[in-house]
Amino acid sequence: MQDQHIASAFDRDLEAVQAQIMKMGGLVENAILEAAISLETRDEERAEAVRKADKAIDALEELINEEAARVIALRAPIAVDLRVVLSVIKVSANLERIGDYAKNLAKRTSVLSQMAPVNDSAGALRRMAKEVERMLKDALDAYVARDAELAQDVIDRDIEIDQMYNALFREFLTFMMEDPRNITACMHLHFIAKNIERMGDHVTSIAEQVIYLVTGTIPDEARDKGDKTSVLS
Amino acid sequence: MNDMRIVERDVETKKVKIAAKNVQVYYGTTHAIKDVSVEIEDKTVTAFIGPSGCGKSTFLRCINRMNDTIDICRVTGDIRIDGYDIYDPKVDPVQLRAKVGMVFQKPNPFPKSIYDNVAYGPRIHGLAKNKADLDDIVEKSLRRGAIWDEVKDRLQSPGTGLSGGQQQRLCIARAVATEPEVLLMDEPCSALDPIATAQVEELIDELRTNYSVVIVTHSMQQAARVSQKTAFFHLGNLVEYGETGTIFTNPVDPRTESYITGRIG
Amino acid sequence: MTDASMSPDSAAPKSGLATIDARTRKRNAAEKRFRLYGMAAIGVGLLFLVFLFTSILRSGLPAFTQTVLNIEFVLTSEQFDTAESKMMKTGEYQNIFVAALQDQLEASGLEVAFDSKSIERIVGKPGGTIRRFFLENPDRIGTPVSFELAASSRVDGYFNGRVTRDTIVDSRFLMAADLDLVDALHDAGIIHGAFNWNFITGTDSGVDNPGGAGLGASVIGSFFMMLVVLFLSLPIGVAASIYLEEFAPKNRWTDLIEVNISNLAAVPSIVFGILGLAVFIQFAGMPQSAPLVGGLVLTLMTLPTIIISTRASLAAVPPSIRDAALGVGASKMQSVFHHVLPLAMPGILTGTIIGLAQALGETAPLLLIGMVGFVAREYPEGFVSGFTDANSAMPAQIYTWASRADPGFYEKAWGGIIILLLFLITMNAIAVVLRRRFERRW
Repeated sequence: MQDQHIASAFDRDLEAVQAQIMKMGGLVENAILEAAISLETRDEERAEAVRKADKAIDALEELINEEAARVIALRAPIAVDLRVVLSVIKVSANLERIGDYAKNLAKRTSVLSQMAPVNDSAGALRRMAKEVERMLKDALDAYVARDAELAQDVIDRDIEIDQMYNALFREFLTFMMEDPRNITACMHLHFIAKNIERMGDHVTSIAEQVIYLVTGTIPDEARDKGDKTSVLS
Repeated sequence: MNDMRIVERDVETKKVKIAAKNVQVYYGTTHAIKDVSVEIEDKTVTAFIGPSGCGKSTFLRCINRMNDTIDICRVTGDIRIDGYDIYDPKVDPVQLRAKVGMVFQKPNPFPKSIYDNVAYGPRIHGLAKNKADLDDIVEKSLRRGAIWDEVKDRLQSPGTGLSGGQQQRLCIARAVATEPEVLLMDEPCSALDPIATAQVEELIDELRTNYSVVIVTHSMQQAARVSQKTAFFHLGNLVEYGETGTIFTNPVDPRTESYITGRIG
Repeated sequence: MTDASMSPDSAAPKSGLATIDARTRKRNAAEKRFRLYGMAAIGVGLLFLVFLFTSILRSGLPAFTQTVLNIEFVLTSEQFDTAESKMMKTGEYQNIFVAALQDQLEASGLEVAFDSKSIERIVGKPGGTIRRFFLENPDRIGTPVSFELAASSRVDGYFNGRVTRDTIVDSRFLMAADLDLVDALHDAGIIHGAFNWNFITGTDSGVDNPGGAGLGASVIGSFFMMLVVLFLSLPIGVAASIYLEEFAPKNRWTDLIEVNISNLAAVPSIVFGILGLAVFIQFAGMPQSAPLVGGLVLTLMTLPTIIISTRASLAAVPPSIRDAALGVGASKMQSVFHHVLPLAMPGILTGTIIGLAQALGETAPLLLIGMVGFVAREYPEGFVSGFTDANSAMPAQIYTWASRADPGFYEKAWGGIIILLLFLITMNAIAVVLRRRFERRW
C-alpha cells in the first residue's frame, strides 16, 4: 500500500496533528525529568518552572483536539486513517494527564523542600520517574515507527513500575510507623509515588493505542495489575 | 444505514439470493470480469465499490442479463438466483427482467404520464386483471417509491416534468411495480443533489425489508451509509467481500485499504 | 498563474478591460464581415425567390381567367338531327352556332364589319360543349338556352395583353380587323372576363383548344398516385428502417445494404422510369400511363428517402429509453413499438411528407411510363379505375402544355405550376403541423 494519499492535503493534516503529539510528548518527558530532579535536589525554582510549563501542555491538548475534530469533519477518515485520528485524541488525553501528574509532583516538591528529607526515598522516586520517562519515550517512538512490538514491551515494563510503587509504599509505611514526625513528609512522598505509578499506567494506555493503531484491535488481555496495594492488609 | 444495534448484528444468517461462481465476462478479446464468485444475501443491501472500469457495472448487468443486448459481450460461469441458473437456455431474459428490476444512473422515466410509467410493466406482464387492480398496483408502487404523496394529485402529468430526485424515485417505483425479488441499482444517486440523494438512500434502506438490493456506487461514503455488505472490485477481480462495518474500519486486503482511504484511484 | 500575463514593467497594466487592442479589433472586423457575407447570401437567395414568384404569378395568373361570350341560342330539332347524322358532329354544331350568332349580331345592328369567318375566329371551339349540353338535356331542344362559352385563345390573349393591336400578326387565327368586332362585342357586354373554373376542375383538351384545357384530371391522377406511394412506401420504409436500426446484426452485409440505400437516394429519377417501364409495363403487363404504375415507380424513388429519415429519427431516440424499457421487462419488439417509435414519429412523419412532396413534383419517371404527352380527357369512372385508367399527373401535364405549340398553352403551363406549388406548400405546412402535434419531450 502506498503511504501517500492522493489528496496530499490529507497527508499534511495527519502529519501536522501527529507532529503536535510529538511536541507534546517532548514537553511531557521534559516535565517528568525536571520534576524528578527538582525533587531530589530540593530545587524550588525548578519546581516552579515545571508548574508553569504545564500550561503549554494543556494548550497543546486543546489544539490537538481541535485539529483532530477538523480532520474528522473535513476528511471523513476511515480504516487506518480513522485509527490514527482516534489514537491521536486518546494519546493527547493521556499525555495531558501525565503532565498534570508531573505538575502535582512539582507542587509537592515545593512543600517537601520546606521539610527535612526522608532518607533516600527521593532517590528511589527519581529512579522510578526516570523509568517512566524512558517508557514514555519508547511509547512515543513506537507510535512514530508504528512498532507494535516495542509498544508491547512498554506495556510489559509497567509491572516494574507497579512493583517499585509497592516497595515504596511499604517503605513509607515503615517510616511513618517508626517516627510520627515523618508522617506529613511521607504522605507527600506517597502521593508522589502514586502519581508516578499513575503516570506509568497512562504510558501503558498510550502503548495500547499504538497497538490499536497498527493492528486494528485493542489488546484486551487483562493487564497484569502489579499494584497489589489495594489488597494489602 | 447499518444496524449498529450490536445485539442484532450478524446474529441472523440471511438466505443467499444470488450465487455467482467463477463468472467471466469478455468484451470481444478484453477480459473484463475475471473469475468472480460471490454470494449476495436476501433482504440486504450489498454495495459494489471500486475504481472506474473495474467491472462493477458489468457484473451488475450480468445479473439481469442486460449484457445480452451487447453483441460482443460473452458471459461464462454460473449465476443462480434462488438456485435457478439464469443463463440456462430455457430462461427467457424478458421474464427474468421482470423479476430482477433495474434502476439506472441517469433518471430515465418514459415520456408518458406518471401513471403510465408505473403501469407499463404490470400491463405488459399481465399482472393486473382490471383497471382497479392496476390502480392499486400503481399506488402501492408509488408508495414504495416514497413519492406517492408528491404525485397523487397529478398522476396524468408527464413523468419528465418532475425534478431529478423525484424522477429517480419514480424510476424506482417503476422498477418495483413488477414485483421483483431483486433490485439492481447502477449509481442511482450520481446525478442527484445531496437532498435528493439522502431521500433515495432513505428509500433504499426501507426497500431492503422486501427486496435484495445490489447497488453500484462511486461514493464510498454512500456505500458505508447504505449497505450491510460490501464487495470491492479491482481490475475485474473481486478483491474483498464482507460486512460493511468491517470493510470500512479494518479491511483484510491491503488493496481494499488503499482504495477506501484514497491512496490509489 | 495570473501574474504571468501581467506586463513585465510591473506598473499598473496598460490595457484594462475597457480598451480594445489591435487583435481584438481585427477579429471583430472579420466577424462583422462574415455576418455581412451571410446576410448578402441570404439576400441574393431572397432576391431570386422574389423574382421567381413574381414571374410565376405574372405568367400564370391569366390562366385563371377566361374571356367568355354570353349568347342565347336556340337549337331546333331539325338542326339537332342533322348534326347527329353527320360524321364530324362537333364541327357541325360549330357551324350551326356560328350561323346563329351571325344572324343575331346582324339583327342587333352592330356597327362593325364582320363575316362568318371572323365570327368563327373569335368564338373558339364551343361545338363540343354545345353538343354535350343538348345530349344531356334533350328537353331543351327548341327552346332558348343561354350559354356562356369560352372565346378563342387569341381573343383571350388580347384581353390579357398577350396580343395587342401593335403586335398582332394577321393569321388564320385572328386578324387585326377582328379586334374591332371584339371591342364592339365587349362594349355591348356580350364578351367579358370570368374566373376560369374549368382550368381547375376540367380535363385536358386537344392541342387546338387551349382555352378549354383544365388541370382537374391530372390532379386526380396525381392524387391516386400519391395514395399508392403513401400506402406502399410508408409501411415498407418504416418497417425496413426499424429492422435495420434495431434488429439487424451489425456485420458487413448490413453495412453494404446501408451504403446501397444511401446511394439509391441519389440515383437520377429517370432511371427509375426506365425500371418502371421494363418491370411494370413490359414484364408485368400493367396498363400504360396508369397512376398505379406511376405510383409504383415513385414508391421505389421515395423509399430511400423515407428509410434514411426514419433511421435518423430512430437513432436520435436516446438509448436510455430503450434501456429503461428493457429493464422493466419489455421485449425488444415491445420496447421499439411502445417507446422508440412514438418518440421517433415526428421525424418519420416529416420525412414521409417531404418524400411525398418530392414525389408529387417528379416528372422524369412519368415520362417513360407514358404519362407525358398523354391527353387526359376524361375523369376516371370509379375508385378502382382511378388507379388503372390511363391518366396524367400534374407535373407531366404541365410539361405537356409547355411543349405544345399554341401560345395559349403557355399560360396554362404557368397556371399549372401555381397550382402545383400550392399543393406542395400545403403538404409542407401539414408536415410542420403534424410534427408539432406529435412532438414529445423526453
